[in-house]
Amino acid sequence: MSATTSTTPAPRTTSHAVGSSILRAIRLGGLRIGYEVRAYFRQGDTVFFTFLFPVVMLTIFSVSFSQASFGQTVDGDDVSAAWFYLPAMLAAGLLLSGVQNLAIDIALEKSDGTLKRLAGSPLPVVSYFIGKLGQSFVTGLAQAAVLLALGFTVFGVPLPEEPQNWLVFAWVFVLGVVTSAILGIALSAVPRSGKSATAVVIPITLVLQFISGVYLAFSNLPDWLQNFASVFPLKWMAQGMRSVFLPEELVILEPNESWELPGVALVLGLWLVVGLVLARLTFRWIRKDS
Amino acid sequence: MTTHENVVEVRELRKIYGHFAAVDGIDFDIHRGETFALLGPNGAGKSTTIEILEGYRDRTSGDARVLGVDPGRGGLDWKARLGIVLQSSGESGNVTVIEQLRHFAALYPNPRDVDEVIAAVGLQEKAGTLIRKLSGGQRRRVDVAVGIVGRPELLFLDEPTTGFDPEARRSFWDLIRTLQSEGTTILLTTHYLDEAAQLGDRAGVIAGGRMVDLAPIGELGGADARTPLVRWREAGEQREQRTDAPGALVAALIDRLGPEPDALEVIRPSLEDVYLDLIGRETSTSDDAEPTTTETEVAR
Repeated sequence: MSATTSTTPAPRTTSHAVGSSILRAIRLGGLRIGYEVRAYFRQGDTVFFTFLFPVVMLTIFSVSFSQASFGQTVDGDDVSAAWFYLPAMLAAGLLLSGVQNLAIDIALEKSDGTLKRLAGSPLPVVSYFIGKLGQSFVTGLAQAAVLLALGFTVFGVPLPEEPQNWLVFAWVFVLGVVTSAILGIALSAVPRSGKSATAVVIPITLVLQFISGVYLAFSNLPDWLQNFASVFPLKWMAQGMRSVFLPEELVILEPNESWELPGVALVLGLWLVVGLVLARLTFRWIRKDS
Repeated sequence: MTTHENVVEVRELRKIYGHFAAVDGIDFDIHRGETFALLGPNGAGKSTTIEILEGYRDRTSGDARVLGVDPGRGGLDWKARLGIVLQSSGESGNVTVIEQLRHFAALYPNPRDVDEVIAAVGLQEKAGTLIRKLSGGQRRRVDVAVGIVGRPELLFLDEPTTGFDPEARRSFWDLIRTLQSEGTTILLTTHYLDEAAQLGDRAGVIAGGRMVDLAPIGELGGADARTPLVRWREAGEQREQRTDAPGALVAALIDRLGPEPDALEVIRPSLEDVYLDLIGRETSTSDDAEPTTTETEVAR
């Protein structure tokens, strides 16, 4: 530990200009994604509670209700538990990878000094957000791939063959994960400390999963609860995913007997805008005078 | 350098929380290429001052310039010229040492070589280890490495060697000397007076939010502070006298009181004595200082 070999003097002002270019912010955002994804998969509790949780739940439901029928196709085939729960768990994955993951992660980073260190570096805030969004996107995509692979290979869920369905999957996934991520960033401002982050965030995501048709069939919920759940984005993500993976005949179980895809786009879009405004207003690198 | 270019300028800086003045009107400059040590007990206002200069806190009043910029308004270009080693770090540390340094190097326009920085802080063997698996002292060295990887013009070191063993501290000093020889300006806060003496050109002593002294390290406390002190007991009474000729005084005492004067001591005040004297003077005259903190500090 003797000395740096570099002998050039500390340079003056001119060579330090980083500029404020958008390109730099995007390039550094890309680096952040790699950094964030790597760190994500090394964090045991996140991997379990956020990444594997829907996978575990899909397995439990598929095995526990293996004899039950959740409806019938026109050909008279039973809709198995795995078939019924696959779209629900894909939607839950979007919520967990976005809202739960980022709200807890950023609240922890706020309290453990990560954000303070970044605040003292020339990292643009935008790049930090690109990193978090990218982390949600990449891990959410990997999660969806695991769910689909498990459903198809182990539980024999038939996957849609129409490109049309996969197109819907693509936009529901992208809009869902981006909206969830932005809402997660906004929600990270609520916990007062890193320790309270899970206590604040998990009840919210858990209740949403119960009332939005993830664990309980949405059609079995009372009307008032359905209406209440319709305010929040998860119900719409689940509905969008059901439109992709469930047989067309099951549309009769939906509210208004329609998949309501325009409604899915509209509500998620609105929440995206609300989340962006809240995140913009509430996010601070550090609480300046705490 | 004939004229000093000031990298940091602080005038009448104040930070008030409610009725408590954490920083109560301090002034100092740091010249380019200089290492300035900020000394003082816990709660004296060191960290508040350094965090205002780093841009982390707003000041209540007064003026501050860091690299010619108001630190409350410093942008990314300004941050790119600073290196900050914070007082503590509790990050989850789910990246390896080399990943962390490569990442932070990429944020700066003109970074140092990552392998050289890792070698400079003595972590070659730990380069591939997750930061969370390092010991406290090793993590501290990663903090220092992250602080210097951007080749800063001005480096803030807030108690950088807390938790270091003596050997690591010496190696750290060598590293800082290299940075000094490269022209880096350094603002250092430390509890270790030997560290301030080893590294600092000048020092400011803060107590109770005020600057109680500011001088080259060897001159802290004024000329008298280092004058030897002779102490003895005579007729049941404690006596002491400062003198530049302690030998002559002792000889005179022996003549007067016999070959072994009672409780005779010749004290050459160390930097620590001078410092404690400065702090003590302040805490006994100021009402808002926290004496308990001061005493634990003294014990270190």
